[in-house]
Amino acid sequence: MNSLLILVPIALLLGLAGLAAFFWALRSGQFDDPAGAASRILIDEDDEDGEGQ
Amino acid sequence: MAEARAPVAEPARTLLAVPGMHCAGCMSKVERALTQVSGVSSARVNLTARTVTVEHDDALQTRTLMQALDGVGFESQPRRDLSARAPSAVKPLLAPLAVAAFAAMNVMLLSVSVWSGADGSTREMFHWLSAVIALPAIAFAGRPFFTSAWRVLKHGKTNMDVPISIGVIVATGLSLYEVATAGQHAWFDGALMLLTFLLAGRVLDAMMRDRARAGVDALLSQAAQGATVVHDDGTVAWLEAGQLEQGMVMRVAAGERLAADGDIVAGTSRFDQSILTGESAPVSAGAGGKALAGMLNLSAPVDVRISHAGYDTTLAEIARLMEASTQNRSRYVRIADRAARLYAPAVHSLAALTVIGWMVAGASLYEALVIGVAVLIITCPCALGLAVPVAQVVASGSLMRAGIMVKDGSALERLAGVDRALLDKTGTLTMGRPVPDEAALGSLDEEERCIALALASNSNHPLSRGLAKALAAMGTEAAPIDTITERPGIGVFARWQGRDVALRRPEGGSGSAVALTIGDTPVRLIPFADALRPDALDALHRLRCMGIECSMLSGDKEDAVRKIAHKLDITARAEVDPAQKQAFVGSQREAGHSVLMVGDGLNDGPALAAADASMAPGSASDVGLQAADMVFVQDSLLALPRAVSGSRKTMAVVKQNFTLAIVYNVFAVPLAVLGYVTPLVAAIAMSASSLLVVANSLRLVTAAR
Repeated sequence: MNSLLILVPIALLLGLAGLAAFFWALRSGQFDDPAGAASRILIDEDDEDGEGQ
Repeated sequence: MAEARAPVAEPARTLLAVPGMHCAGCMSKVERALTQVSGVSSARVNLTARTVTVEHDDALQTRTLMQALDGVGFESQPRRDLSARAPSAVKPLLAPLAVAAFAAMNVMLLSVSVWSGADGSTREMFHWLSAVIALPAIAFAGRPFFTSAWRVLKHGKTNMDVPISIGVIVATGLSLYEVATAGQHAWFDGALMLLTFLLAGRVLDAMMRDRARAGVDALLSQAAQGATVVHDDGTVAWLEAGQLEQGMVMRVAAGERLAADGDIVAGTSRFDQSILTGESAPVSAGAGGKALAGMLNLSAPVDVRISHAGYDTTLAEIARLMEASTQNRSRYVRIADRAARLYAPAVHSLAALTVIGWMVAGASLYEALVIGVAVLIITCPCALGLAVPVAQVVASGSLMRAGIMVKDGSALERLAGVDRALLDKTGTLTMGRPVPDEAALGSLDEEERCIALALASNSNHPLSRGLAKALAAMGTEAAPIDTITERPGIGVFARWQGRDVALRRPEGGSGSAVALTIGDTPVRLIPFADALRPDALDALHRLRCMGIECSMLSGDKEDAVRKIAHKLDITARAEVDPAQKQAFVGSQREAGHSVLMVGDGLNDGPALAAADASMAPGSASDVGLQAADMVFVQDSLLALPRAVSGSRKTMAVVKQNFTLAIVYNVFAVPLAVLGYVTPLVAAIAMSASSLLVVANSLRLVTAAR
């Protein structure tokens, strides 16, 4: 029972942290272009013009 | 080139639509090409919206960026407003979904320990914790359903959101009472799980619409519409369409579309008015002739004195006709809401009867209410709420991969019931753009083809573009030519290996053709025609096999229409104006037919809006693209039978899903009525039926085959 008093708040806080992270991602525009984000990892960026500096 | 004078976005930020991008390779090509232009600081592609945002020096012109993209093989169009994009339908639902999912998981965790035997004060604490998490979560995540249910209830109607809202609110209320009285069962987990599943369905539905809309948006030309105006003192300035006024004189270059109606005051040219009337043959007009907004100037620059601008143009008249007929379509009731009309009263009277029955049998009011609520929760249309959206999302994803963009889920429902198809001619059954005669191209030798391509690629004239495209498709490579000059209305002239070469308007010719001259060798004439779309015959045959009778409805001249109708063996009506097209669609609907309209031009807009379902090719005018339910991007007309069969398969699966949901209720409801349903049973039943419905819908992945 005593352990619950510690574990339940921890569980809730962790969950809330996840929720907050999601809202942050939503606000900062990370869901604006899901198709682009999925494709972007396939781009080779080690050409000499170095666009990913 | 009108684009050269188009205003550059103020803080050196330009948005370009690039409809041709579809993979990682395209993205990196586009970004690299743009960052290599001097003056560009960054370029970022949005693949979902098919756009690229470029940050650059003020001095850099949009046209330079477009040329850079042209160089790597991507067509692009400037978008004027960065902020004017329609808001996404997904975004407002993501936050409720996240909150509902978070709360559902936490409450479920607490519930599992209650189900597995937590007792006394532990159970009470867990119930209180659940209540603290669930109440704000339900209030927030349930809002989309509550507002929609309230909206229809106010008008004395009902939809799927009404039973959902009642179920969720009643379950929450009863659970609160249970918690306050230290009772045994709390239903927070069920209510939250229901919201999570349903919101997931809605998000999928919205994603589909967003994706299709982004695809269509990228096709819309939205080119800064306007005209070059010649002032009395001889100066010229580019004005947007909204600033044009009666009496101004606009100079329309070859290849430009007119932005307002007017009378020609100087120059003679030929105009393509197929987008307005469907007529395929260009019409000649000289000083004193009429020119209408939307017409494409084909050969030589003309000066036009504006007689009507803005809302008075023929174009605006067509827009008004369309608005009137879109209201017809909004009366369509979606299948889920039709089901809810039967379902909601049945479920609610069943719950009421259960309460009365138990009280008659001697149970206390509290006991009877608990069982009544259990009936409401177990029948809450979780599977029913997913039945339609999931099937439609999977099917439209499949259609999208086949090149058909479905703008709205209800379009699939409407298309499935179609038994009559009306097709426009120019641009729909035909390609709508001049294609050089293949036999004539075949008779040219390799050298002549290379020179023709080199000349054609130096002009923006529609015939030159058609020729360049056809030659490039044959694998021809451009010959090196120099001192190129283009004389508007006459042709392109250049030198090749010391000889004069030209691609010019033939002398005295009537139809569409170009003449190729190389030095003193005889002139080669290349005739142009508007070719039928590939597979047109096959597509119409397949539609007929599906029980859909096809007819042609065209604004073109009688003999041109009859020729095509004969080739395709379908009935046809010629020389119909936009209002008559719309009226014909209306008369077919009144005769009991369900009508599919396929068209591309402005003149088809009202008919597209009036029909039960409508499709447009990707090459359609902006009006056509916006009015149509579906847009198909490839040239082949096989997209039509494919879309129809895809929508029919979708409706078959939707009906199976409804059957599954009903079968589930047949088993679950008696248990609930007899009082055997606990929150645990409800949670299991709900997830199982939802998974079943989703799994069944996934079979539609191949719907477009």
